[in-house]
Amino acid sequence: MGNIHEIKQTGKMLVPGIVFASDKLFEDMKKDKTLEQVKNVAQLPGIIDKSIAMPDAHEGYGFCIGGVAAFDVEKGVVSPGGVGYDINCSVRLLRTNLKSSDVKNWKEILHSLFRCVPSGVGQGSKLKLSDAELNEVLSNGAQWAVEKGYGVKEDYLHTEDEGRLNGGNPKDISQRARARGKGQLGTLGAGNHFLEIQVVDEVFDEEIAKTFGLKKGEVTIMVHCGSRGLGHQVASDYIQEMEKKIGVAGLPDRELVNAPIKSELGGKYLSAMACAANFAFANKQLITHWIREDLKHYFPKIKIEVVYDVCHNIAKFEKHFVDGHDKEVLVMRKGATRAFGPGRAEIPADYRSVGQPVILPGSMGTSSYVLVGTKESEKLSWGSTAHGAGRLMSRSAAKKKLNAGDVKRKMSEQGIILESGSTAGIVEEAAEAYKDVDEVVRVSDELGIGKMVVRLKPLAVMKG
Amino acid sequence: MKYEFLEHTADVKFRAYGKNLGECFENVILAFSEIIAKGNKITPTEVRNISVKGIDKKSLFYKFLEELNYLAEGGFVVCSGKVNVTGNSLKAKLYGDSAGNYSGLGEVKAATYAEMRISKKSAKRWLVQAVLDV
Repeated sequence: MGNIHEIKQTGKMLVPGIVFASDKLFEDMKKDKTLEQVKNVAQLPGIIDKSIAMPDAHEGYGFCIGGVAAFDVEKGVVSPGGVGYDINCSVRLLRTNLKSSDVKNWKEILHSLFRCVPSGVGQGSKLKLSDAELNEVLSNGAQWAVEKGYGVKEDYLHTEDEGRLNGGNPKDISQRARARGKGQLGTLGAGNHFLEIQVVDEVFDEEIAKTFGLKKGEVTIMVHCGSRGLGHQVASDYIQEMEKKIGVAGLPDRELVNAPIKSELGGKYLSAMACAANFAFANKQLITHWIREDLKHYFPKIKIEVVYDVCHNIAKFEKHFVDGHDKEVLVMRKGATRAFGPGRAEIPADYRSVGQPVILPGSMGTSSYVLVGTKESEKLSWGSTAHGAGRLMSRSAAKKKLNAGDVKRKMSEQGIILESGSTAGIVEEAAEAYKDVDEVVRVSDELGIGKMVVRLKPLAVMKG
Repeated sequence: MKYEFLEHTADVKFRAYGKNLGECFENVILAFSEIIAKGNKITPTEVRNISVKGIDKKSLFYKFLEELNYLAEGGFVVCSGKVNVTGNSLKAKLYGDSAGNYSGLGEVKAATYAEMRISKKSAKRWLVQAVLDV
């Protein structure tokens, strides 16, 4: 079958590797350590059936970015390297009742948002959280933010896990992680994180687009960010704790240090990870609130609603079909999006009959997509698909080959406005440094692991 | 050569050299500073003293990078330093400045063990290598 490449089980691999990619994307993956990392993951105890890489996969640390694997809850392990440093790095899509043709002053509006939503290095939170409040954030995520008046219930109902991952105990978060997170709640951060104003440019599936509240010509807003320093610290803390208590002997990569899911340490990591995920959910909820407040000045009658909010760096207990029956397994998605098909209880009630929305951002200046999850993805990829364009060119190569002026000019020729706190960041995140998102989406659609619903074209981009 | 950056698809990979591990780590500070400074010239106006202890050499290196990053996130941009390594521990004196005095600074998300190397090439030549998640 096209778009599926098997990596044979050899050496210490416990299962084969499966790479979902076109021939072209697969060739790109051979150029870095992606496939080696797929093989490394295949060696982890308790892995079930296959070690997967998505069409946008590229080299990461531990798992490749775009890596997915499911683990037996009794015999399996959990590794911080299967979730990543930016725990619950995720994408939220907002729909509005604005028509792009009615708005001419995006530059002014973007500049206003830039001042309103803290972004870039060293830009701190507008909130001063007490320790007790931070505990609430860590336990209750976006639901905490809504209770505090930063949004409405429908916002978290349209978020994975209703904006709150269960089982997070703030006691499992170190003082250092707390210190890093406290001043960063409600900030976008830097690197590949962004806020983008877009327009629904093409509709591939009218029926499902309607269910998701998306209409051609209407404006959407996409926010990509994660758990900031708090999540990064949780990952570092537990990598070190696992090294000390479990050890690193025999590991193909030290970043894959792990603990049994059922062990005390494994449980503590999953608790801390849930806290960091909740921090990320709350983070985007606050950003949503500030976007609403700011855009009201320009459009008093504007309605801004959450389409959906997907996690793409996370481990979750989910039911999947294993050995002829439904079984609870731990699925780790590192740079991959859950893509459940129709009927799953995890999907918001108003979308359940069609499937879960999958938000797939493109690179800077290129289109993004909304896909819908499928039964096929539950069969092929533990209910997962790609998470974005995926990097192709290193940051240093981008700096050598491109310059910020050209990147900006190219975007401006396409009518896209850009505001960024960092010139170097513009070059590093240029579209040329990424895989072709259209190709990634095409592969997902052809395989049926995430079907195309609409395409979103960027109008204005704010980069951290 | 004190340090150099190498190709990595997603993140920042670098190598630092020295006649001993302490000197390697001093050059790691220079590489780290270049990532954070993003072209700004950092004036050494502040000093921070840190001590770091690992369970082995690699964990020492990892924790050292993590410490540099923790300070950076707290608003201290390092530009150089003196490092003394004893066994799996180190003490370092870091020179740098407040991040508030600069604009367009870079960010590191985390230290990683990916492709980490610490090797003694000859009696007076050491090499260390790491990838930072950015």
